[in-house]
Amino acid sequence: MDWTIFSFLLADGLQNGTIYALLALCLVLVFAVTRVILVPLGELLMFAPLSYALLLQGQFPGTAWLSAAMLVAWALLDRNRLRLALALLLLAGVVLGLAYWGSHGAPGWVAWLLAVLIVLPMGPATYRLFFEPLPHGTVLVYLILAVGLHFVYQGLGLVFFGPEQYRPPALLSGEASLGTVPLPRQVFVVYAFAFLAMLGLYLFFTRSLYGKALRACAVNRLGARISGINPSEAGRVAFLLATAIAAVSGMLIAPLVNAAYFMGFLLGLKGFVAGILGGLISYPMAVGGALVVGLLESYSSFTASAYKEAIVFALLLPVLFWRSLRTLELGGEEE
Amino acid sequence: MSVLEVEHLTVRYGAVEAVRDLSFRVEEGEVVTLIGPNGAGKTSTLLGLVGLVAARGSVRYRGQAQPHRTPEALSAQGLVLVPEKRELFASLSVEDNLLLGAFQRHQRRESGIRADLEWVYTLFPRLLERRTQFAGTMSGGEQQMLAIGRALMARPKLLLLDEPSLGLAPLIVREIFDILGGLKREGIPILLVEQNARMALGLADRGYVLEAGELVMEGRAQDLLHDPRVLESYLGLRGKEAEA
Ligand SMILES: Nc1ncnc2c1ncn2[C@@H]1O[C@H](COP(=O)(O)OP(=O)(O)O)[C@@H](O)[C@H]1O
Ligand SMILES: [Mg+2]
Repeated sequence: MDWTIFSFLLADGLQNGTIYALLALCLVLVFAVTRVILVPLGELLMFAPLSYALLLQGQFPGTAWLSAAMLVAWALLDRNRLRLALALLLLAGVVLGLAYWGSHGAPGWVAWLLAVLIVLPMGPATYRLFFEPLPHGTVLVYLILAVGLHFVYQGLGLVFFGPEQYRPPALLSGEASLGTVPLPRQVFVVYAFAFLAMLGLYLFFTRSLYGKALRACAVNRLGARISGINPSEAGRVAFLLATAIAAVSGMLIAPLVNAAYFMGFLLGLKGFVAGILGGLISYPMAVGGALVVGLLESYSSFTASAYKEAIVFALLLPVLFWRSLRTLELGGEEE
Repeated sequence: MSVLEVEHLTVRYGAVEAVRDLSFRVEEGEVVTLIGPNGAGKTSTLLGLVGLVAARGSVRYRGQAQPHRTPEALSAQGLVLVPEKRELFASLSVEDNLLLGAFQRHQRRESGIRADLEWVYTLFPRLLERRTQFAGTMSGGEQQMLAIGRALMARPKLLLLDEPSLGLAPLIVREIFDILGGLKREGIPILLVEQNARMALGLADRGYVLEAGELVMEGRAQDLLHDPRVLESYLGLRGKEAEA
């Protein structure tokens, strides 16, 4: 392996590792607040760039129908809270209106934003419709639900977008070269977003009382409730944040890798491996784990490309083994 | 209008009936205590009261029936529980724990939160010393103070305290009961659940005695303190325990 190849692989590994880091952060955030392992995160990532691709082709994306339908179902569930229900119905109408606008000659950058906005309500609606009705569910019950949702959303992705691959335009086109490695300019947008998202989450959780309330729900749900913090609301906010980060990540990497209905799953799974490296509780360890996963994958694709996925997932074994030993030492953690 | 009126409260865990047909009330400015031995159903009463366990019977808070009560909604209305296990946010700082007690007020953009923080720090100077420390690293007594302080940050209009003396050294218990006396003088109504009957009746205006989930006695705290049955089964027993 010479220096050029080494740098190529490094750049590739860092780029993927950054995306995994963003997804791992989302998974840790959602798990900490709600005990849900958000397997369909990859699908929420995939919906946005594919909707964008359809909007640019002048087609009305099926995701808008799905998003609106979930909001209507939510309104029906909360029909006793009249003002909330009406606001949800209004929002469902707005989503359909935005999709219509986006597919009827909105400028490209507007369509970009609209694609994200159309997908956003699906996050909190997923929590409200499928997880909130089971407030005392175990991690396993939630995991089974989450896996089911992953299959449903991926299947709907196939229905909405077909099996083809799309490559929507980049926000920054062209290439810049860093030493001997030519890099698409879009990669820097990915890094900038990752930096801003992490900084934003850090400030949110350490400076704002609302962010601290989310952490409070994660460390002591009962303590949060008696302090007037509604864990259901906290769960919806966690799902909303995760969906926003995943959707924007999807929009940013779609021009670099091809976007297709199946793209989300492997991305989400590698984010999950990274999250597990951090025990699904530590944000910095999840980010570090994600970079390890990205680099390992990149270098193993050069030396043993047929096994690159297997090598990444094999990383789980020693980590899970080590964690299970620690759990035994602690005499079994709660739940 | 009473602050709290509870009628025919029954709490069940499967086949176990922890509280049976319990009725009691708390008036404005009053400290009421619920005493009884371990397992009498005191904690279950409080949990049923705030909606943390399913309960039959009616609960009226400040004249309003509360059929679908939840602890978060009651807390927003000023009915705040300090639970038996304190339930602090162990990995957050002492000050963050206190500020989160005022979460609802913060969301409503109420003023006076900073002033109340200063007030809690004057009540519990030790919390001020430890304001940047993680809540989980404090001693039992300090954690109890923090739990009470966090509840006070909600500006409670009724405070429910579940055994604030549990597991604490006598000196700390004295200190905490002095603070409770101060809150009483400020006119904050308190429902105090205790096994330490002498301390509780010393502070309270009225008391209820619970045994095996049922109300066995009620009356003015002074009368209960000198009632031969209470003397024998609670105060006397505690004396014998102390000798043993
Ligand atoms: N979660 C529970 N499940 C089953 N039984 C319970 C539970 N909590 C309490 N109990 C039972 O209910 C009774 C009353 O308990 P509790 O309310 O904790 O009493 P106290 O607070 O007066 O010590 C006891 O017999 C106890 O064993
Ligand atoms: Mg108890």
